[in-house]
Amino acid sequence: MEFFLVQLLNGISYGLLLFMLSSGLTLVFSLMGVLNFAHASFYMLGAYFAYQISTAIGFYPALVVAPLLVGAIGMLVERFGLRTVHRYGHVAELLFTFGLAYLIEEAVHLVWGRAAVEYRIPPSLEGPLFMVFTSQYPIYRGFMMLVSMSMLVSIWLVLTRTRIGLVIQAALTHPQTVEALGHNVPRVFMLVFGGGAALAGLAGVIGGNAFVTEPGMAAAVGPIIFVVVVVGGMGSLAGAFVASLLIGCLQTFSVGLDWKFAGLFARFGWSVTPDTPFATLWNITLAQAAPVLPYLLMVLILIFRPRGLLGTRDG
Amino acid sequence: MASLRFQPFNPARWLLWGATAVLFLVAPLVFRESFALTMLTQMGAFIIFALSYNMLLGQGGMLSFGHAVYSGLGAYFSVHVLNMIGKGTIVFPVMLLPLVGGLAGLAFGIIFGYVTTKKAGTTFAMISLGIGELVHACVLMFPGFFGGEGGVSTNRVVGQPFLGITFGPAIQVYYLVAFWCFVCMIAMFALTQTPLGRMANAVRDNPERAEFVGYDTQKVRFLQLVLAGFFAGVSGALSCINFEIVTDENVSAIRSGGVLLATFIGGTGFFFGPILGSVVFIFFVVALSGFTQAWLLYLGLFFLAMVLYAPGGIASLIMMQLPVIRARRLRALALPYLLALAAGLVAFAGLVGVVEMVYRISDASLDTQMSLFGIGFDAKSARPWIAFSLVLAAGLAALGFAARHVGERWGAIQNQIQGKQP
Repeated sequence: MEFFLVQLLNGISYGLLLFMLSSGLTLVFSLMGVLNFAHASFYMLGAYFAYQISTAIGFYPALVVAPLLVGAIGMLVERFGLRTVHRYGHVAELLFTFGLAYLIEEAVHLVWGRAAVEYRIPPSLEGPLFMVFTSQYPIYRGFMMLVSMSMLVSIWLVLTRTRIGLVIQAALTHPQTVEALGHNVPRVFMLVFGGGAALAGLAGVIGGNAFVTEPGMAAAVGPIIFVVVVVGGMGSLAGAFVASLLIGCLQTFSVGLDWKFAGLFARFGWSVTPDTPFATLWNITLAQAAPVLPYLLMVLILIFRPRGLLGTRDG
Repeated sequence: MASLRFQPFNPARWLLWGATAVLFLVAPLVFRESFALTMLTQMGAFIIFALSYNMLLGQGGMLSFGHAVYSGLGAYFSVHVLNMIGKGTIVFPVMLLPLVGGLAGLAFGIIFGYVTTKKAGTTFAMISLGIGELVHACVLMFPGFFGGEGGVSTNRVVGQPFLGITFGPAIQVYYLVAFWCFVCMIAMFALTQTPLGRMANAVRDNPERAEFVGYDTQKVRFLQLVLAGFFAGVSGALSCINFEIVTDENVSAIRSGGVLLATFIGGTGFFFGPILGSVVFIFFVVALSGFTQAWLLYLGLFFLAMVLYAPGGIASLIMMQLPVIRARRLRALALPYLLALAAGLVAFAGLVGVVEMVYRISDASLDTQMSLFGIGFDAKSARPWIAFSLVLAAGLAALGFAARHVGERWGAIQNQIQGKQP
């Protein structure tokens, strides 16, 4: 029970972090049709900027400044890069963001070196928040959840209750009509791209010190958020939310479990010996298989429900 | 590009293929250093890989982020066969090992292709990325077969020598790679001329119409991917013979990204594009990485510049000149081209200066006292920063000016050519 509760809380906080990343990706994708390959790189930039700012003036200013900086970079990328390649089609846009991801990783290598930097949780957020039976639940995990939840609520409010949010929603489905009504759709694109980047940056600020801030962090989380978007259904925010929590829990739970097929077989009276065919496969524990599980889930979803959990588009 | 025409004998084509064969034969005689030979061997293997990738991206319109899966798994299977030959468990000529890799690539193409080719476009790209990550994670999960982090090493000098060929000396490996590269080039070119190759183009350009003609687009994509998997496997086996080790890097996203970069830089619209791209890419990887730690940054910048300004790659830049040459107007463009080139070199020099200085300062283990282009200076002082920034800015401004000039000339000449032959 204790294990279950702790892992569930960890899973939800990781899932919310994933959703902060995948929501920006989904919004940009459904609005512009651009799959932003560099999205995880913005996450990494957020973490590095926060590290730099927090060593200079502290963590709380970094919490605000770093996402804004990343958002500004995102807007510049949209204005001077993506808009230029837009006329060559979606593949060119995808390739552009792919090249950008390369470039950002190399720039990070160049500026901050190849090793992980010491981006720490601020002392005021260290320590236990409450006890789950016998184990402590850290304050920082709670803080992460608080930040991501308040961020999500404010996005939802912006998208549904404000004028610009309504324009964005309209531009999702009928960009021409919105343009005909006199709204500047390219500027909406720029804002959304910058906003998505800023969200990724914020995720980097609170994720960078909870996990580790190193040049490989973009490549580690990038494929996972793509899996989230595919599993949830391309272009569906609600789907991305469900899939983020699902994959967050899947990853945290599987890391702590040493179930294996051999154990399952033993219940039915079959024992696995080294001579059994595929013996290594049956002896892999769930914890060992953890890195593979999201991708397996994606393959299964694609076979049995190609449009994703809550997706509406086919294809 | 090629329209349907009846041409039983195409002298230009024979000339080109003949020249390619001669080039393969004499290249190691011209570049005699062992360093050059390693590079040529790697280029040969990579050309097959990039051409097989272009069967997806260029001919089938499938942007794959996981093509290294097929070459890497092909390499793993061939390394085990090679080790079995070494132990004497089986008798198999090393020369035909690429077939083993190819068949492994083909088999995995059938398995993974079933899932990936269900979708086209952006979704295909994401799924191929997921499959790539899946395989990479699995490779580390089963150390029994894949050797874990250390990989599987082997020895290529096994079995009975055939006509004195043992594959001990590097030159013999080069000719093995060259032979397979040439054969695969011809095979892949021939494939573009088959009905399948044509239908792949149709599915790329207009899947809806291809379906109305009566073709199953998923099946066309699937067949194309399976065949591409075969050739990728061949290249994997060749790199396994060349390096005598196969690690998880062979199936990694880095390698998948590399082949994408090489193919795109070369140009996806023409058959020979990926060949040029592989030559440039391997040059970047092997030669430039010896000079500077920032080579990936330069490669990334080069790639981004190509995406932004020359999305057809090097091949399309070359092919664009053909009508101009035919109309004998290249001389009018020579001066603007030279100007643009000079401006580009100035801008590049400024960029190199800035990047190398950043690198010197960020890496604490390095001395900030450095020398570049024969000039010695301290990266911590302000003067070189100002100088290189000025050079970069001036170069970029000149490049913009020169590019506009080239554009004007180009437009005028195009109008003239079209005016002459309506």
